[in-house]
Amino acid sequence: MKIVVAVKQVPDTATQVKISGGDPKAIDTAGITWIVSPYDEFAVEEALRIKEKRGQGEVVAVSLGPDRVKEALRSALAMGCDRAVHVNDPALAGADTLLTAQALAAVVKQEQPALVICGRQAIDDDMGAVAGQVAELLGWPCASWIMEETVDADAKTVRVGRQVEGGLEIFDLPLPAVVSAQKGLNEPRYPTLKGIMGAKKKEIKDVKAADLGVTPGAPQLAVKTLEALPARPPGRIIQGDVKDAVKELVRALREEAKAI
Amino acid sequence: MANAFWCIVEDDRKGAPKKVMAEVIGEAARLSGGDVEAVWLTDTASDEGLGQLAGWGATKVWLLENAAFAPYRGEVWTPVVAELVAQHAPKAVFAPVTSKMREFAARLAARLGAGLSADSVGMTMDGDQLVATRPVYAGKLLAKMTWAKTPWIATLRPNVFKPADAQAGKTPQVEKPAVTIPGAAMKLVERREEASTGLPELTEAETVISGGRGMKGPENYVILENMAQVIGAAVGASRAAVDAGWRPHRFQIGQTGRTISPKLYLGFGVSGAIQHLAGMRTSKVIVAVNKDPDAPIFKIADYGIVGDLFEVVPALTEEFKKLLEK
Repeated sequence: MKIVVAVKQVPDTATQVKISGGDPKAIDTAGITWIVSPYDEFAVEEALRIKEKRGQGEVVAVSLGPDRVKEALRSALAMGCDRAVHVNDPALAGADTLLTAQALAAVVKQEQPALVICGRQAIDDDMGAVAGQVAELLGWPCASWIMEETVDADAKTVRVGRQVEGGLEIFDLPLPAVVSAQKGLNEPRYPTLKGIMGAKKKEIKDVKAADLGVTPGAPQLAVKTLEALPARPPGRIIQGDVKDAVKELVRALREEAKAI
Repeated sequence: MANAFWCIVEDDRKGAPKKVMAEVIGEAARLSGGDVEAVWLTDTASDEGLGQLAGWGATKVWLLENAAFAPYRGEVWTPVVAELVAQHAPKAVFAPVTSKMREFAARLAARLGAGLSADSVGMTMDGDQLVATRPVYAGKLLAKMTWAKTPWIATLRPNVFKPADAQAGKTPQVEKPAVTIPGAAMKLVERREEASTGLPELTEAETVISGGRGMKGPENYVILENMAQVIGAAVGASRAAVDAGWRPHRFQIGQTGRTISPKLYLGFGVSGAIQHLAGMRTSKVIVAVNKDPDAPIFKIADYGIVGDLFEVVPALTEEFKKLLEK
């Protein structure tokens, strides 16, 4: 059974993000630490577990972005993916979610996997749209925010638990299908030294938009400007012993903040 | 009517819209000057529910009532709504941020070849163009987004937009369009309900109490639940507490958990790591209680108490009781 996992390289959560001096629509990428988006690690882990459980199969990691994205793909290969596809084309540099989904869907069409696993959302733009859009473009069923998953013995269906408000909806999806990983699905492994060494020999295939039959057009959704957060009004540390402090806090919440 | 703003209804699965729809409809009405229509795909709609949508300002309800629409499946919903959009050309399609609406809005955008602004926290009209504001990079920056064409598809974060005032006694104009309902590939096996806490849902609650690493163990969350009962709050947790196994993941607030925007957030023993702030920094009033005066959460807190939460929580609960019993 072949599985395609979509991964995105994003700035580390703890990294400082500043607006670029030259372009108010972009961030200053100097000094940023890049990581694989955490939800995508759940996706990679789940794909590897399916392959290991079945004792056969292939896991292909795919990512879109500039040269630096190879590091993210190497991480996925070090975890255990078999090979990678890098959609590396300057013409796609300003890709919005939809164009990204079109490129990924085109890779999926070429690879013909039984299952596509994405992270629930990438933690840079937090759009959370790629899994659903890839499914829509392929005409495949899709379950988002899955917390559990089992592929049946014949690799004909996947049973998933989809997180919704107030519960979990269990569905059977005929394969091929697209799912997106929610936190709680699994605990991603750390790459072993052997995995890291082995990853260097694994194939990362570069593809361009033209190889995929994708025509980069104007984005449907564009960033007009990026802005710093408006500063919050300065807060107040309430002093005094606990009894007085909580009295003052409740008074302030009622009378000043009108929050209770 | 062409040019209307459409609002896709999130319901309670029992025939009534969720109250977040007052915010979505209210915002759509503000932007469009009142030209708002609701689109409701459900297996059961009640007259009261339809009346609520009208009361909030929907001039018309496109009602698609069929067993096939519940639970939500993308392959059933998307072609149906896309067909209606093609026929009636709404200017915008809004939905609240919920687990299903995030997927649905993405699929609809892909099917229509249109742009999507997910998890929007602000909307303005710039001339005749809609501009959406949405947090990016763990909420460290705000991005202003514009669309290349209509419909402007967006999901709206709950508790951020001003809800419409409910007008009593409104009956909506209900239209039941004839649509082709596609067959479903996905088959529902079962729905497992979460054990009810009797407290509000985290993303919808107006007040949220959160416990972090400082709670010291799962057994201590009961003191937060007691406070929650008094003030009608939801109880959440930080990633540290969830990763320690003290609370199930569905209660996690933060970048890899739920994003909340309550009127009042009270954090106890929460340090305020960036990834937690990403999930709660749009809260209107932030209260922090932590032993460590240098905890980062104090930087964004409106009110802070440096102290032992195990003394502060019971005392504060008593003080809330006194206030609310008056």
